[in-house]
Amino acid sequence: MTQLQARGLVKSYGPTPALRGITVDIGEGEIVAVTAPSGCGKSTLLHCLAGILRPDAGEVSWRGHRLDTWSEAARSRLRRTEFGVLFQFGQLVAELTAAENVALPLLLAGTGRRAARTAALTWLDRLGVADCADVRPGEMSGGQQQRCATARALVTEPRVLFADEPTGALDTLAGEQVLTQLVRLAREQHTSVVLVTHEPRIAAYADREVVLRDGVIDHTGLGLDAPLAGGSR
Amino acid sequence: MSTPHLLLGLLATGTMHGYELKRAHDSRLPQARPLAFGQVYATLGRLQRDGLVASTGPERLAGPDRTAYTLTEQGRATLDQWLSSVEPPMPYVNSPLFTKVVVALLVADVDRARAYLVAQRRAHTERLRELTALKTAPSATVDDVVAADYAIAHLDADLRWLHTTLDRVADWHREVHS
Ligand SMILES: Nc1ncnc2c1ncn2[C@@H]1O[C@H](COP(=O)(O)OP(=O)(O)OP(=O)(O)O)[C@@H](O)[C@H]1O
Ligand SMILES: [Mg+2]
Repeated sequence: MTQLQARGLVKSYGPTPALRGITVDIGEGEIVAVTAPSGCGKSTLLHCLAGILRPDAGEVSWRGHRLDTWSEAARSRLRRTEFGVLFQFGQLVAELTAAENVALPLLLAGTGRRAARTAALTWLDRLGVADCADVRPGEMSGGQQQRCATARALVTEPRVLFADEPTGALDTLAGEQVLTQLVRLAREQHTSVVLVTHEPRIAAYADREVVLRDGVIDHTGLGLDAPLAGGSR
Repeated sequence: MSTPHLLLGLLATGTMHGYELKRAHDSRLPQARPLAFGQVYATLGRLQRDGLVASTGPERLAGPDRTAYTLTEQGRATLDQWLSSVEPPMPYVNSPLFTKVVVALLVADVDRARAYLVAQRRAHTERLRELTALKTAPSATVDDVVAADYAIAHLDADLRWLHTTLDRVADWHREVHS
């Protein structure tokens, strides 16, 4: 079933149009890459789909229900329970250990301390960073931090994971390891993934690619559709 | 073009018949274009002529399939030298992708060149996805991953070039016809 559906999304920051009419569907368990050159609206689209930003026009539906008209509290509850987010720089809480960071979303959702810690340790292990459980982010490498952030994004077993350049700060090999695990675990639990990237080789991990250009869809990739005049200017 | 050295390398692991060499090649390099038997025998013939391999067994009587080949001293030296020499890093720019855009701009117009670039970008993207699936499959061996990595890195480089050239092709056309 379609998890997320966006219709005619328009979003401007003051006079700057970032999205100029985007329509896209994200299926259950589907991994969709959103690619575009810098400044073409990738992050804005991701934030609209995740209910972080409200579009100026158009609609976003979550499993058939309009999401963009919900209150901030309702959207934030949805983000806590059904969505996971992962950014370029993991954004772990500096004062907490890896295990505490990963347990945090569960604690916020009302899980007990012990169960949350157990789950956190399981997920750190799945991401190959069990060693880091009691270490604070400042003492970890970028790759280790990003794996912890991935564990934190997946620990609630979200239905959709929003990842904005999740490997952008890592070298090729470290990025690849994070991504391989992210994709494998997402597939195992049928989590849909919206993967924002400007790199073709990262987009290649997805089932489908949506290519933006200046706020509109330039073309979508899987070889079935005819290309619009790609980069036609 | 490195087939002779590859055969020398395989023979360094032990004496082999032509068909064993072909099999060893195809299993060591599963992603490479498979070697034709004819190519194996032709290459072995030249290596033997140059004294880099020696044949053992009843060659004339039983035909090439019965002949086994061994690396000679000289063959070993040639192999060592090849292993320690650095390949010239892209001395010429002669990709068929590049050439095709040049010719499109000569004989046709920007749209023709652009249509080609878009179609090639699509084909590259699909292959990139295929290879990524291959290397991330749970059954992938290090052999698979390393071979896929090589192709992925080159496709990725081509894709970057295709992207930037799409943006430059109009300027390029103007320059070609000025
Ligand atoms: N908070 C903001 N205030 C004003 N303008 C913004 C803001 N965020 C984004 N923009 C503008 O909106 C457009 C789209 O930005 P967005 O961040 O969505 O692009 P992007 O594709 O994610 O780029 P990048 O690859 O650089 O992250 C850009 O022109 C950008 O300058
Ligand atoms: Mg961005």
